[in-house]
Amino acid sequence: MYDAPKLEANVEQNDIKINAKNVQVYYGATHAIKDVNIDIEDKTVTAFIGPSGCGKSTFLRCLNRMNDTIDVCRVEGDILLDGEDIYDKRVDPVQLRAKVGMVFQKPNPFPKSIYDNIAYGPRIHGLAKNKADLDEIVEKSLRRGAIWNEVKDRLHEPGTGLSGGQQQRLCIARAVATEPEVLLMDEPCSALDPIATAQVEELIDELRGRYSVVIVTHSMQQAARVSQKTAFFHLGNLVEYDDTATIFTNPKDERTESYITGRIG
Amino acid sequence: MSAGLVILAVVVIATLGFFLGRSRAIRSAEGDVRKLHSLPNYYGQTVFLFSAVPALLVTFAWLLLQPLYVESQVSGMITASDIPEGGSLSLVMADVRRISTGLDLAVSSGNLTEGQFSAMRADTTDVRAKLGELGVAVASEVKQNVFEAAKAYRAQTGTLRMAMTVVALVLALGGALLAMMRITPEFRARNVSEAAVKALLILSSMVAILTTVGIIFSLLFETSNFFRLYPAKDFFFNLTWNPQFTGGSDLGIAPLLWGTLYVSFVALVFAVPIGLLVAVYLSEYASRRVRSVVKPAIEVLAGIPTIVYGLFALITVGPLLRDYFAEPLGLGTSSSSVMTAGVVMGIMLIPFVSSLSDDVINAVPQAMRDGSYGLGATQSETVKQVILPAALPGIVGAILLAASRAIGETMIVVMGAGAAAKLSLNPFEAMTTITVKIVSQLTGDTEFASPETLVAFALGLSLFVVTLGLNILALYIVRKYREQYE
Repeated sequence: MYDAPKLEANVEQNDIKINAKNVQVYYGATHAIKDVNIDIEDKTVTAFIGPSGCGKSTFLRCLNRMNDTIDVCRVEGDILLDGEDIYDKRVDPVQLRAKVGMVFQKPNPFPKSIYDNIAYGPRIHGLAKNKADLDEIVEKSLRRGAIWNEVKDRLHEPGTGLSGGQQQRLCIARAVATEPEVLLMDEPCSALDPIATAQVEELIDELRGRYSVVIVTHSMQQAARVSQKTAFFHLGNLVEYDDTATIFTNPKDERTESYITGRIG
Repeated sequence: MSAGLVILAVVVIATLGFFLGRSRAIRSAEGDVRKLHSLPNYYGQTVFLFSAVPALLVTFAWLLLQPLYVESQVSGMITASDIPEGGSLSLVMADVRRISTGLDLAVSSGNLTEGQFSAMRADTTDVRAKLGELGVAVASEVKQNVFEAAKAYRAQTGTLRMAMTVVALVLALGGALLAMMRITPEFRARNVSEAAVKALLILSSMVAILTTVGIIFSLLFETSNFFRLYPAKDFFFNLTWNPQFTGGSDLGIAPLLWGTLYVSFVALVFAVPIGLLVAVYLSEYASRRVRSVVKPAIEVLAGIPTIVYGLFALITVGPLLRDYFAEPLGLGTSSSSVMTAGVVMGIMLIPFVSSLSDDVINAVPQAMRDGSYGLGATQSETVKQVILPAALPGIVGAILLAASRAIGETMIVVMGAGAAAKLSLNPFEAMTTITVKIVSQLTGDTEFASPETLVAFALGLSLFVVTLGLNILALYIVRKYREQYE
């Protein structure tokens, strides 16, 4: 069922990048996330798995305060990024999102050229000194997004003209272009075919060397293939969080076991 | 039988057919509705449609064509000497119709019998006085020929009305019978009903299209009359507008077209930025509560009659602009000006632009906003760099629709910009537009066949072409926009 070799991938201890304590999230009167405590490591791929509506996407969106754009959403508890509370009043959510990039479920390139899509973040944050510098950032980002070779001759064509898988890699490249420290991915492959999925997964594995990657996925195979740590959410609770290999081979909680063996979901 | 009764009878037959058809369908399936192809009501409907539709169509066509036919038959009886000086055949025929109605009235009220009036002659009896007693006024003394024509008119109308009744009833009964015979459990009554619905829908849209075509043709017809009296070259290229009642007018469209475009331009310069900012505020920044109050409040502006805007221009905006801008700047002393009309019209157009742009901006997928916020963009950066470019084609469409509205506006211009046709760049000078001149040329006392009056149609057609072009452009752009996201 799983790609066995990846399960035994290196599981060395890294620094803690994000530390969440007693996080509660409410949507109006609904208590969507209950008491979640988690330490997310640097230079590691962490997968959030769990049945639909379990709160894994909601929790992911707390990590870069995307939930701020939803009126009725309320977050309590502490989320520390490098030891600093991101919900502190002094923190500018806009700056935070530049540091914690996000890739969405559906590829969402802007209706601009490929070049302008990538240059969007760097331009906003003033990352490039001049045009040549910007060109360099765009090329570097597209290379990191593993899409440079496919688009280098058509940088000024619209990004919406690419295939689904290319669009998603473009969006990853776009997120990478602002030099984030953490990359959040909300089911990045759910709208892609198997070939494009394989390409994106390969890319995620490469990104691990540079960033802390958090990925929400519905596919347990995908979690097993790309992640080193896995967190299982159920009904708003973080049920179990451990090395991916442990979760998939020797889960401690019976709900986790039921889910990964397909009995609940 | 009168037309109303015929229609009623046809509907009654068709309704009876509905119930008979339904029960026949049930019987044909031996009471088991599941054996039928369609629900029993559909079988009833087919009988109703087969019975009512042809009969009613024929009735309506008959009612339209019968007077034309009878008149063409009867008008032969009127000789040239019967037509009074300065009158025309159509006036005499109107008398014929009126006398004929009067005779109908006389017979039905029992004042005359059929035999009495067929013997009656206009040169021996005072027909006019007799009809006057019955409340039917005839313009002039009734001549013998006219009276005979009226008698013939009445007789023919009666015969044809009878024929119509028979034809309609036969069609209704025949249609019902035919449809009844076709009812078997396999008959696809549902599909017949579907076709009828489709036909109804097509017919409805035809009404709108045919009206447009009718308007275009009436404009074209009168415009060609105008160009026969006044050279087209002068109309388009003469730079003066100076109609004279005594003839020899200058009827150049240029000053009017310039006024129209200038006023519309000022209105759009005023309405587009404000409307767009309102739309951005409402769709991106306003909380749900604020939006639910502000949006309807702005749309109230769209409900104000333009004449009220005109009053506002005349008594408030006009003097204000004159006292605080035009006079201090030495640009003019008139309170009627392009600026006055433009500003007030701009206020009128704000809800157009804001409401349409709001819809367009809301249609930009949330994924675009998420993508931009996710990269650390602020709200205004997102609006400027992602949302407005994505919504641009739709916004352009909204602006063009507002523009065609501005071009067609009349009341605000009459009251705000005055009626002087001028070619000037000064926005504080009185000018006028095509629509205003159409009104003043058509409502004057001049003879209808003169170029001074007919020019209104040429102006109308020019205006129609301009706004039609803008609308087509707007539709094209809006459609192109839709393709992008659906």
